[in-house]
Amino acid sequence: MHIVVCVKQVPNTTQVRIDPETHTLVRDGVESVMNPFDENALEMALQLKEKHPGTQVTALTMGPPQAEAVLKEAVGRGADQVMLLCDQAFAGSDTWATSYALSRAISQMAPPPDLVLFGKQAIDGDTAQVGPGVADWLNLPCITYAYGIEIDGGMATVQRSFEDGYETLEVALPCALTVVKEANVPRMASLRGKMAARKLTIEPTTAAAIGADPDKIGLAASPTRVMKIFSPPPKTGGVMWQGEEPAAMARKLVEALRERQLI
Amino acid sequence: MAELNYGLSELAQEIRSMMREFAQTRVKPVRAELDENGQFPTEILREMGKMDLMGLYIPVEYGGTFEGDSLPNLIAVEELSRVCIGVSVSYAATGLGADPILIGGNDDQKKKYLPPLASGEKLAAYALTEPNAGSDVSGMRTTAVKKGDTYILNGTKQWITNGGEADIYTVFAVTDKARGARGVSAFIVEKGTPGFSFGKKENKLGIRASATRELIFEDCAVPAENLIGREGTGFIWAMKTFDVSRPGIAAQAVGLAQGALDEAVTYAKVREQFGRPIIANQGLSWMLADMATQVEAARALTYAVVRTIDSGAKDYSKFSAMCKVYASDVAMQVTTDAVQVLGGYGYMKEYPVEKMMRDAKILQIYEGTNQIQRDIIGLALNKEYAAAAR
Amino acid sequence: MALNIDLDLCTGCGACVAVCPFCALTQRAADGKVVVNEACTACGACVDVCPVGALSLETAEPATDAAASGAYRGFWVFAEQRAGRLQEVVFELLGKGRELADQLGVPLGAVLLGHEVQECGAALFEHGADRVYVVDHPALATYTAEPYAEAMSALIHKHKPEMVLAGATSMGRGFFARVAIQVHAGLTADCTELAVEPTQRQLWQTRPAFGGNIMATILCPDHRPQMATVRPKVFPQPVPQAGRTGEWIEEVLELKAPVVRVIETVNAMANEVNVAGAEFIVTGGRGLGNAENFKLMAELAEALGGAAVGASRAAVDAGWISSFHQVGQTGKTVRPKIYIACGVSGQIQHVVGMNSSDTIIAINKDPEAPIFAMADIGIVGDLFEVVPELIKALRQ
Repeated sequence: MHIVVCVKQVPNTTQVRIDPETHTLVRDGVESVMNPFDENALEMALQLKEKHPGTQVTALTMGPPQAEAVLKEAVGRGADQVMLLCDQAFAGSDTWATSYALSRAISQMAPPPDLVLFGKQAIDGDTAQVGPGVADWLNLPCITYAYGIEIDGGMATVQRSFEDGYETLEVALPCALTVVKEANVPRMASLRGKMAARKLTIEPTTAAAIGADPDKIGLAASPTRVMKIFSPPPKTGGVMWQGEEPAAMARKLVEALRERQLI
Repeated sequence: MAELNYGLSELAQEIRSMMREFAQTRVKPVRAELDENGQFPTEILREMGKMDLMGLYIPVEYGGTFEGDSLPNLIAVEELSRVCIGVSVSYAATGLGADPILIGGNDDQKKKYLPPLASGEKLAAYALTEPNAGSDVSGMRTTAVKKGDTYILNGTKQWITNGGEADIYTVFAVTDKARGARGVSAFIVEKGTPGFSFGKKENKLGIRASATRELIFEDCAVPAENLIGREGTGFIWAMKTFDVSRPGIAAQAVGLAQGALDEAVTYAKVREQFGRPIIANQGLSWMLADMATQVEAARALTYAVVRTIDSGAKDYSKFSAMCKVYASDVAMQVTTDAVQVLGGYGYMKEYPVEKMMRDAKILQIYEGTNQIQRDIIGLALNKEYAAAAR
Repeated sequence: MALNIDLDLCTGCGACVAVCPFCALTQRAADGKVVVNEACTACGACVDVCPVGALSLETAEPATDAAASGAYRGFWVFAEQRAGRLQEVVFELLGKGRELADQLGVPLGAVLLGHEVQECGAALFEHGADRVYVVDHPALATYTAEPYAEAMSALIHKHKPEMVLAGATSMGRGFFARVAIQVHAGLTADCTELAVEPTQRQLWQTRPAFGGNIMATILCPDHRPQMATVRPKVFPQPVPQAGRTGEWIEEVLELKAPVVRVIETVNAMANEVNVAGAEFIVTGGRGLGNAENFKLMAELAEALGGAAVGASRAAVDAGWISSFHQVGQTGKTVRPKIYIACGVSGQIQHVVGMNSSDTIIAINKDPEAPIFAMADIGIVGDLFEVVPELIKALRQ
């Protein structure tokens, strides 16, 4: 079996904020990490590899040269091959153009994948669009929010969650899944894996190498434009009680809620 | 944080960062629960195996990653101990069980028993202590009698770390009572061998995640090929094992003390009394200063001893004893002081320092009490100065 | 569109580097002059701050024929139904859609996909739809992404709406990404604010990014339709007008058989109050300390007369409660009358899921906790002391 896992390098979003005075992004000390949901997708692939001997796992990313760090992390954990899509021509790609580029890269792979895995969304953009988008370009079915998978004889039985519950679905391979964090606990890289990753030289793959149509990549092919960014407006006007007896504050709260006719 | 330059190899630095992250993400969230329930860290050790962290002391040809530098293994113990020595002792005890095979075993024994330890599939244990033979090996009652191509073991081992959890046991037994310590032999005994069973799990003050059990041998037939070295060499393997393993106890102590220092300083910076953080009080900051100094001194001594052993030095029992006794005394002192720094909170189970203090005590006791360590040092001094006087 | 840098003019002052939201600008080591990398989205933030006018955006790119010709007209809302029941978010979208469609002077359409779902029609008209496009097909009986995307794309190709909204639900997010590829349109995910600009007929879509730390406004200048998924509970539901009707348009489509088969669907929230639609929510965070203490939340919920129990990501990640209870960026967005956050620090990713609640009450022992900035009433205290007293007071 050949499993492709698409991973993205993202800033650790808990550290990203806008300077309230200069209105610019404060990014000092913000580290780059593998998108957490992609870690779950990779772990799903690695567990399938352990269960189905002979399985090959390919980690694929698109990004600037330094995005090779997430591919090395993937190798450290057990991915067999990697591909780094890196080309000035991809610059400014939104989810539409990114989906196209990744799908071109995947369609060039041999053997063609039986399974293409994604994290449910990336924590920087939170769009959740690239997984289903790539699947659409590849004409593959895509099951979103998957947390469990069993593969038997070319069929996959997949558990997925939705707002109020979960579903069990059946689909023939090849297919695509986007994976939620409930799927597993991602492993950490092994010592030998880290050593192997350190020695690895990753040659960037260009747009031409995957036969990408220049009209479908980069900023020009991206329908969406970011017009402005700003800090969410702070909320004001609240009251704060402290230093009183818990019982007194509790009674005051109930009174306040009754006064506002909320209860 | 500023660090002393210990000239760590690339591998040692890699192991340190891996183990630090592993201990933080995998061990820290469960350590209180493991301690409370006396629960063995099976999953944690299995994951360490998958990460190639169980074979740091095992040579490459037997499936490990050891290539002459013992510091990576020592640092792994230290980092794990910084979070929980109940877990780190379960890891270190496997190494202790493997050491007699590494030191005295033949190639067949090494090929058979070391690779599954390196991969973490199996754990080992070291079985020397008996109810009447603690520091004094001459009280050993467990016997091994040659019968055909087997040895028949009878007797009981006490307080065996990893007892019941390990798959491979190095067991010391008397093969020739008349020869005293020179009549002791070492055997590899696999779990599941008929006549080999376990007593109840001990309920301990500290290191509660680790499993401590009695091993019971009743006419247990062990293949003769499982004898380590020749008959009567067991005591040599036992002592040589301790010489190389005592720095491991010291590493546990350094890690544990560092962990307690981390907690104490962090707390002292945020806890405010009389309108300022308590670290701003000189009395308290001097206490922290002493703690930090002791931890670093213990670390420096321990690393230096390991480097000396790695360099191929012949005579290092004294230094092994020194680092064990010094570091474990520091750990006891620093963890006790950490509880003091946290005051009433430190005494509560919501904070980790009371566990650290309970855990620390064993370091002054196991693998030779600190009194025995001082005997070893004293004996060595006596010998060395006698030679110098001549 | 691309960023041009006139290196002769550039003085290496670095002003642009500091404002770039995407870390796309760096200064050359040799002379400090600025170079642009592939992270650039041509947002133009740098152009405005350059003191010497060295930066410019190449805007020669013409609008596509589709956008320019005005072939695309009309405002659509996807009418998500599960088992014949319209989702709440549909009404929220119809309310907002009605307002925006009126500004554009176009009819408001609702697209209903399913099998034997005719009875949903009345509610769509009553909540503001002028037209309902319905595709009734066995392949749409149970939701799977592929036939839904196929049907939606076919309708868009045929009727050419200029704007399409869907709820940012697992369904809407799941198949609209495919529709966007098929019709080569922009799709903005998880919007929390929408506005139209009537001359250029553009949809201004605002959404949180970077875990809610930043808001971004997004346009699709040259592609039609302009599509967005919208977070549930950010827009109010309109008051239904009883008896209001409109045009019922049945579309007959040839759809491929579904490739994904649904074997079983389990509603995990069947026996619990769902946070998504609840009027009262009691949320526990890291401060609860363990799973056992969620019982205290359940007790408070009961004392409030059947509130839902919510949880922060920290509590869900710790395994204290199932993720169906999670409120926030990666959980649910809620808009209750009363939201009581107990032991929740108020990380931004949590706040974006609950900040439109009517009344927010925070109980936390750390007076510096960011949650207090959001709270209408903040109580500084140990939740284990305050909450039992609160339960007592509520029961009196």
